[in-house]
Amino acid sequence: MNVDETDLPGLGRRKDFMTASGRRIGVVEYREGQTELIVSTWDDPDTCQASIPLTADEAAALGNLLGGQRLAMQLSEEHREIPGIVTRQFSIAGDSPFHNQPMGKACIRTRSGVSIVAIMREGEVVPSPGPDVVLHPGDLLVAVGTQEGLDTAADILRNG
Amino acid sequence: MDPLALTLIELGAVVFCLGLLARLAGRIGMSPIPLYLVGGLFFGAGGLVKLEGMHEFAHLSSEIGVILLLLMLGLEYTAAELVTGLRRSWQAGVLDLVLNFIPGAALAVLLGWGLVGAMVMGGVTYISSSGIAAKVITDLGRIGNRETPVVLSILVFEDLAMAVYLPILTATLAGVSFLVGLQTVGISLAVVTVVLVVALRHGHHVSKAVHSENSEVFLLNLLGAALLVAGLAAAMQVSAAVGAFMLGIAISGATAHSATRILEPLRDLFAAIFFVVFGLNTDPTSIPPVLGWALILAVLTAGTKVITGVWAAKRAGIALPGRFRAGAALIARGEFSIVIAGLAVASGVVPHDLAALATAYVLIMAIMGPLAARYVEPVVKMLRRPAKPRPAARPI
Repeated sequence: MNVDETDLPGLGRRKDFMTASGRRIGVVEYREGQTELIVSTWDDPDTCQASIPLTADEAAALGNLLGGQRLAMQLSEEHREIPGIVTRQFSIAGDSPFHNQPMGKACIRTRSGVSIVAIMREGEVVPSPGPDVVLHPGDLLVAVGTQEGLDTAADILRNG
Repeated sequence: MDPLALTLIELGAVVFCLGLLARLAGRIGMSPIPLYLVGGLFFGAGGLVKLEGMHEFAHLSSEIGVILLLLMLGLEYTAAELVTGLRRSWQAGVLDLVLNFIPGAALAVLLGWGLVGAMVMGGVTYISSSGIAAKVITDLGRIGNRETPVVLSILVFEDLAMAVYLPILTATLAGVSFLVGLQTVGISLAVVTVVLVVALRHGHHVSKAVHSENSEVFLLNLLGAALLVAGLAAAMQVSAAVGAFMLGIAISGATAHSATRILEPLRDLFAAIFFVVFGLNTDPTSIPPVLGWALILAVLTAGTKVITGVWAAKRAGIALPGRFRAGAALIARGEFSIVIAGLAVASGVVPHDLAALATAYVLIMAIMGPLAARYVEPVVKMLRRPAKPRPAARPI
């Protein structure tokens, strides 16, 4: 992947690349620390259709979504042979009863039979997290289990 | 009336009016500079009301306004950005200088204002308003665009060119001989180089000397240093503005960013007073005779800025609409054109018509620039579209 980095004197830096579909996508990092997501228009890759200011949390959450999707797809691909096993992603909301709590407190495996195989956090993967890993708002949990088990796990994470 | 009371009332009324004008400008999405100038024209010499009481304070404030404008111009880019900008875009920068200096200088010669007038008017038409350009680019959501770095690096080059131009201008206005003038240019080039090297290698020392975590201490340090350097520069026959500008370049890194933030409200106040005072000293009745010339100059130099932008963006591999966006973003002239004209008028060696021409020119350009930047894209697209369907309609 070839990411272009361009200085914007007096403002900051632009990091972007061309997608296979011919649109330019990337971020502008301002000197003051803000981040903006930029997407070019379909007919003119030089211009921007949207520049969306993101807070640090939002940028991390977006990174998790993009990275988590890929991880989940890989896992489903690997589990395709085993019928009844599904991969799903759960994000930890700010009002989840388990935010800022160790994951073990939710007893997900005991109560639903679901395994949390990874946590996506700030664009990075925490592989096979143990029960003492603390959950933060914005974390994306990649879970593997049966359809019913995953429904139960979602309910546990939302309502305790 | 008590003179102090009169001064306070006049000053309060003027600043309050400026507030209203700035709000109006914000409402219709334009730069407040032309409105400040018009506000100044209404009062003062030849205007509706004569303001006598605030004269002394306004004069000093406008000097401080110029110092703050140039200090912040110096702070805008780090020394590293200036050097890489110079290395990467000097061809576009030189084209910009040649194309946009000549129309102003030529008109001054044509009007019989001599070489000094040519020097001043060349500067007025050359320098784009980095303030208006940056605001236009931000407001139109073009920061992520590919042509934006091209526009910014031309502005960076203009920034550096000012460092050389201002000392030359000051020497010319002081009426020194050619040899002394050459010497001044040599000295100013040497000073710019030294300041850049110091800022690159030891910028953190300069920054450390003025920096403080306490914003009050920081503000006092900065303002004190700026006025001291500006005063010393003025004492050495280099313009005060140049001194402040050099100090701005020498301060770099994180200190420069926080300095910009802390000085902004102060700059806004004093610069606004500077624009009003410039308007106050310009007789509004002297504007109509030069309005025709101002319009011709405006159209001509809008064209030359577009050519500059189109050429530079083409070199950077940008498609047609982007090239015109780059050109249009450069059209606006503003604060620095007025600073240059203000220096000239203060020296008293240029005719009064020059102030009128500069005022009319900046009024047109500060309004036309943002409008051109906004509407260039739909116009270019509209002109391109009819050409497209033709090949499809042709039978195979």
